[in-house]
Amino acid sequence: MRFTLNGRTVSLDVVGTRRLLDVLREDLGATGTKEGCGEGECGACSVLIDGEVVDSCLVAVGQVEGRDVVTVEGLALQDGKLSRLQQAFIEHGAAQCGICTPGMLLAAHVLLEQSRRLTADDVREGLAGNLCRCTGYTKIIDAVLSCTK
Amino acid sequence: MHEVKYIRPKSLADAVQTYRTTPGCRPLAGGTDLMAMLHARTVRPQPLAVLDLWSLAELKGVRRVRDTVEIGAAESYTGIIGSKDVQQHLAALAAAARTIGAAQIQNRGTLGGNLANASPAGDTLPVLLAYDAVVVTDRRAIPIDKFFVGYRKTALQADELITAVRFPIGRQVAFRKVGTRAAQAISKVVMAVSRDPARIAIGSVAEVPLRARRAEAALDRGDVEGAIAAVADDIRPIDDVRSTAAYRRSVTQNILRELL
Repeated sequence: MRFTLNGRTVSLDVVGTRRLLDVLREDLGATGTKEGCGEGECGACSVLIDGEVVDSCLVAVGQVEGRDVVTVEGLALQDGKLSRLQQAFIEHGAAQCGICTPGMLLAAHVLLEQSRRLTADDVREGLAGNLCRCTGYTKIIDAVLSCTK
Repeated sequence: MHEVKYIRPKSLADAVQTYRTTPGCRPLAGGTDLMAMLHARTVRPQPLAVLDLWSLAELKGVRRVRDTVEIGAAESYTGIIGSKDVQQHLAALAAAARTIGAAQIQNRGTLGGNLANASPAGDTLPVLLAYDAVVVTDRRAIPIDKFFVGYRKTALQADELITAVRFPIGRQVAFRKVGTRAAQAISKVVMAVSRDPARIAIGSVAEVPLRARRAEAALDRGDVEGAIAAVADDIRPIDDVRSTAAYRRSVTQNILRELL
């Protein structure tokens, strides 16, 4: 099967019912995507498929045939510089243990693509599917809001 | 689960044929229930194969068909929320869809999946009951009040695929869900109510999403207080990890009062 991962075509011979999460981490070495709960509650494994944020633990890898997958490794700019959102997470101290960070970044990235005019409530709702076990939500929300200006 | 075979049909006709002829095959849409269950190995019986319906164009989209709105079984909640026809004619369905999970789940969850899974806590199911929706399959149309036949059991035959859900338009339905938080919560009580005709449909209060028939009869007579009293006897709530029977009974009466 084939799909695009962070702009590059990948071809794989895999059982289609394996979780996208596992194929990303085990077969493709894209370990930026984390496993949290493994049942679609926590959002740690969030990735983008055709620009929509999804939990990769709930996606059968066969379902991304021909689709465009973006993981946290694909957020940085072409020259390897961090995106404005990633830089904002660093500047606001929006990561503690870091497990939720890749998923938070991808969900926030989509939110900012949809609109640059976001309130704190919009960000809370947009990130409602991403749990931070350190409960460092305030700094995460501040970091996202800083990118709306 | 690595030994479970993945089958991707080319068309709906191909899917119907494959489902009929492949033993131990389980339909897969957005995976929000089935993938978690496959990984935890809690699907009984353990499937030999999954039939991936997610990408079938015939199962996508929201269409206005005469006096109905028809929603493809594999259309996502995000697609449903964004549909002008749903916003205009099925506001309670849009409201229910917005309470399901969060963006990640709304991008993958489907009406077909909610129906086939038939969880008593399925958030859209009381809404379907309150609208008198019709479940369209590859061979027939099943009225929603004949669809849920037991705990996670449906009227579907073993080789029958849900293709769409059809909603009559022109009905006012109110929706309310009570959970631990606004997002990512499995309901403690979920309710959809229409006054005319009288429909009071409730989830998470019995082994199936049910219609409160005694309460509906009272509402038909214009007896709102009678409906609120009767609903406590229509439901069969249990104590479980999410809530208690007593709390569910009391909340059911409170939100029925609020919605009426």
